[in-house]
Amino acid sequence: MIPADAPTARDEAARALVRAGLARIAPGPDLDALEDTADLRDALELDSLDFLAFVEQLSRTTGVRIEEDDYPRLRTVASAAAFLTAAGVP
Amino acid sequence: MPSLGADMDAGTVVEWAVAPGDHVHRGDLVAAVETEKSVIDVECFEDGVVERLLVPVGTKVAVGTPLAVIAPEGATPAPTPAPTPALTPAPAPAAGTPERDGAASLPRATPPVRRFAERLGLDVARLPGTGPHGTVTHADVRAAASTGTTARTDTTDTTDTTDTTVPSPTPTVPPAAPAERPRITPYARRLAAERGTPPEALRPGADGVVRARDVPAGTGATPTRTPRPTPQPTRPTTPPSPRPAAQGMRAAIAARMTRSLAIPQYHVDSVLELGAPLDRLREVNRRLPVSERIVPAALLLHATARAARRVPELNGHWVDDTLVPATTVALGVVVSLRGGGLLVPTIPAADELTLSELMAALRDVVARARTGRLRTSDAADAGLTVTDLGETGGHSVHGRIFPPQVALVGFGAVVRRPWAEGDLLGVRPTVTATLTGDHRATDGVVGGRFLHAIDDVLHDTEEWS
Repeated sequence: MIPADAPTARDEAARALVRAGLARIAPGPDLDALEDTADLRDALELDSLDFLAFVEQLSRTTGVRIEEDDYPRLRTVASAAAFLTAAGVP
Repeated sequence: MPSLGADMDAGTVVEWAVAPGDHVHRGDLVAAVETEKSVIDVECFEDGVVERLLVPVGTKVAVGTPLAVIAPEGATPAPTPAPTPALTPAPAPAAGTPERDGAASLPRATPPVRRFAERLGLDVARLPGTGPHGTVTHADVRAAASTGTTARTDTTDTTDTTDTTVPSPTPTVPPAAPAERPRITPYARRLAAERGTPPEALRPGADGVVRARDVPAGTGATPTRTPRPTPQPTRPTTPPSPRPAAQGMRAAIAARMTRSLAIPQYHVDSVLELGAPLDRLREVNRRLPVSERIVPAALLLHATARAARRVPELNGHWVDDTLVPATTVALGVVVSLRGGGLLVPTIPAADELTLSELMAALRDVVARARTGRLRTSDAADAGLTVTDLGETGGHSVHGRIFPPQVALVGFGAVVRRPWAEGDLLGVRPTVTATLTGDHRATDGVVGGRFLHAIDDVLHDTEEWS
């Protein structure tokens, strides 16, 4: 439903996917207040198991295999969304 | 009442997940018990038929008190059935258990069937039963699920169209949160009523069911902050006030750590180089599905468990002025909770697990701790405890021993440091491992030997399987 030639809409959708993934792991006021450019592990106090659960979640909802080497690209909501759109999602 | 972990000598039954007549099996979750620190799911440790529940909900009893009478399968109800301490929490039946209904003398379904239904978001009380005496069978549940009948657990919910038919937390891709009213156990419903909390303000635990622990204390609608699959329907306008459970947890930690103060303790530490182990871990993870990926914390726990086998003097209890060595490596794992506090569940026989198995055990037990659904097997006594600050934590931790244990192992964050290899200086990932030992039981040299053993295991590729 999102036109492929609408990068802004795609980016919005990708951010929503990232936030939906985070909402499964660390829902609450901290997530609501999370800036798109904030370090999400610090802001949400995610430990390695939480982060892995987030990666797994994101991988499952998007179908994108996320390697450990890609973790640095998932530092913020914005960078994670950019990673997803670069991988062709949504 | 099964053992609920060190320092817990009593517990309050807050839920029964079975009723007289139910068939139960070893490992079934039959009841939930509340301690000062958490709610623990009680696992049944034998097969049979529940004959009588001996301890009503809301009653506090000492560890060792029989909770229920379970007759052997097939036996006629015996006058002297074996008391059953139960161990793990059972997913409570949805509203409408036989005891609440009063009329039903026969259970509508066995616990496995009930759980199966619960997973599918169905309530057995509202399903047509084709089994003996109108009981609901697996087939009935399957049939109801496939036809999408209206037998949803919460009949007042007309918007519940997602998630409940999904057995695992499969995310719904659209980020828009479905408005979903969670299922609620009878006890939780009563608590909420007593505390004046409107049902719509309740948020379920990770399994989608509102239980007693999810009901906020006091009168305000200040939902507790437990991880849950969907965004909350209502947001508290005031910061969550401290819950009695949290206060109980602080008190329990305070009591235990104050007791630890009486132990003469020594500290040793060592910086461990992790270059090769982490490279290897990366290789292993590249071949694994994301869901089975192994985190460095599991690697460190695994090495500690194996090291405890090599240096047994640090795995045991100090009892009556004597070290009683443990016969297995039951590893306590410090789990910090969102919103403060910690729990220390146990991974039994941790030294016998492969790295992958340990990772799975760690994931499961941390998830249960964080959702407040620990089981009695998680509450087994540990012989040695590990605390890991995690990747974003401090560089080292010098913890205090959890009595009656005689040692505590601590890991700081993995950090890159200059590292001398021969005459060359490089930069390597490292971790500072610390050991706090009970000086009555061992001396610092043993602690040092233990840290070396951890290092050896980390670099011994044969230890990984």
